[in-house]
Parts: sequence; C-alpha cells; structure tokens
Amino acid sequence: MIAINWILALPNQCQQIMSVNEKIVTDLVNNNVSFITTVPCKQLAGVIDGIDKCDDIFHIPSNKEDEGMGLCAGAYMGGKRAAIIMQNTAIGVTINTLATLIQYYHIPLPMLISYRGEIGEPVACQVEMAVHTKALLAQLNIPTYHFHHPDDVEEFDAILKYCFMSKKPVAILTDASFWKGA
Amino acid sequence: MIRSEVLKSLIPVISDQLVVCNIGLPSQELHLLDDQPSNFYMLGTMGLASSIGLGLALAQKQKVIAIDGDGSVLTNFGTLPTIANNVADNFILLIIDNGSYGSTGDQPTYAGRKTSLAAVASACGCEHVVECQAEQAAAAVQAALDADEMTIIVCKCESGNIKVPVIEMDPVVIRDRFMKQVQARNS
Ligand SMILES: [Mg+2]
Repeated sequence: MIAINWILALPNQCQQIMSVNEKIVTDLVNNNVSFITTVPCKQLAGVIDGIDKCDDIFHIPSNKEDEGMGLCAGAYMGGKRAAIIMQNTAIGVTINTLATLIQYYHIPLPMLISYRGEIGEPVACQVEMAVHTKALLAQLNIPTYHFHHPDDVEEFDAILKYCFMSKKPVAILTDASFWKGA
Repeated sequence: MIRSEVLKSLIPVISDQLVVCNIGLPSQELHLLDDQPSNFYMLGTMGLASSIGLGLALAQKQKVIAIDGDGSVLTNFGTLPTIANNVADNFILLIIDNGSYGSTGDQPTYAGRKTSLAAVASACGCEHVVECQAEQAAAAVQAALDADEMTIIVCKCESGNIKVPVIEMDPVVIRDRFMKQVQARNS
C-alpha cells in the first residue's frame, strides 16, 4: 500500500519514465532475453536497475563494451539470448568486435544504446560522438532504430524479435527526449 | 617448450572438452593438432577469448576451457575483475604466457617483464590462481577440471612459433558445429 501511494504521488513525467523502463524489462523477459551485460550511462540508470532486480535476467556488468559483447557471444553459444546496454560512445570501442565477432559469426545482439549528445544534452563533448553515431552504424550495415518519443518504446518487442530472427546486431538509440518524456 | 608444444601436451586432457581458443596462431595450432567440433576458434577480435569463455560457462553447465595468451589478456584486462566477480565453477582460463605477442612476430609483452598476470588475477579477486611451467600445463588443467572450481592457470613458456596454415573454415560453420556440441552435451 505504501509503495503504491508513493508511485501515485510522483509527477506525471516520472510515471512515464517508470513505464518505459518497465516496458523494456518486460519485453526483454517475454523474448527470453536472460543474459544482459551493461556499461552504465546516466540515462540508462533506471533500466539497468530494473534489469538488476529482475529474477529472470542474469545481469553481468562489464568493464568495457567489447568485453561485454564477448560475454554475450559466449552466452548465446551456451543457449541463452543475450543483450547489451551501453552508451553511444561505445560504438567507437566496439567496431572491431561488431565486425569480426558478432557479424562474422552471425550472432544476434540487441544493443540498447543511450544516444547522448542529442537535444537536451548538457555536456558538449557528448555531441562529438553523437554526430558520428548513425553514420558509423550505417557504415556497419547495422539495423538502427531511434527512440525519440516515449511512445516509440511500443516497437521494442518487435525489434527484439527481428534481431533474433535475423541473427544480427541491432541498435536501438534512445535519446534524452525519450527518457525524459519531453 | 613453446606454445605449440604446450598445446600438444594438452590434447589428451582438452580434446573432449568445450574449448574457446584465442585468435591467431593458438587457434591455428589447435586446429592443426586436434580439430574438434567442440573447439571454438576465434578468427578475429583479439582479447575476447576469456570473455566468450566466461559467458559460455555462465550460460550452461558443461566445463569450458578458454585458452588465452598473455598479450590478449593484457589487451582485455577488464576481463579479470569480471571473471573474479562472476564465479562460474565450470570455467577454466588457461593463459599461455610466453611473454610475447606470438602471432605478430614475438614482440615482447609486459607480462614477460615486470607484470605478473597471476598476481594481477589474484588482485582482481580470482580465488584459484595457479602459475605453472610449460611442462606442468596438462597436469594443471586436469587438476582444475577435477577440482570443480573456477581456476585461472598462468602457464609460463618460451616464445617461438611453428609454421601453421590459417583456418579456412567458415566462421558460421565453426559456430554452428560448436553450438550443436554445446546443445548435445547439455541435453
Ligand atoms: Mg603471448
């Protein structure tokens, strides 16, 4: 009872964030994604927390995103559906791993990516990787989706199904507007 | 003993195990010595053998041996804390430490100078760390298999290479036959 009252007391915007995080975790579980590695980002804090608390998902934080992709590749070969949650700056870290491991061996890998450096970004340096993010993903022929409005999360379930069907890495870029419901 | 001789001595112990093998000459040597569908050869992506091995060990019940090198562990140093903090008792990380980047022409690594990979692994929190000489590698891996606990083995050996052909097998074939082995052994 106390918990419910507390949620109801939160401002509207905050409820939206919670529902986006809940939807992402629920869709991952419903698609049997049971092994997730994360490298944190401020924007991703809520969803990482949700994954950590979810009993159906093994959460293994990694120190660098290429290491995380190695963990995911191993888990996939072990029969588990795996995913990575990371910041868009990690595209710079993982290009070789994406090309020579994930793509070369045909390993499905949903990549939930915080798209820093977009509208609403307070840190100027983040823009420097933001301007390269979509171009790099396009150069790698990685199917890429951009969540800008909170409602865009409705497509997440279908994107996960598409990723495992195609056995490809798939990028879901999630910007500040998406996370803030702005 | 050089790495290829260490690998040769390991064959009776690892031939029937799930093995994730490091990029370059280690995979080419293992492929030449004892090609098995239970071997996963890395054709690229230096440094990730230990990460792939840990992910595999955490995802299923069979024992997994990741064969790594000193240079590759140095490239992916972040792997050791992740291994230490996510204990998989079916996981063995064998670091064949010849103190050099063997596949690229035996340039010296820091592991052959002041840096002890065994000490680093212990400092990262790995609980069972064994350092051995090349001659004891097979016995050390067998002991780790028998112990049923996650073990990091740092096997010191001489640097040097033999001539081996590249692996021409398609990566998807390597993965597919490996996954069928994993599946069959877990069912
Ligand atoms: Mg070496």
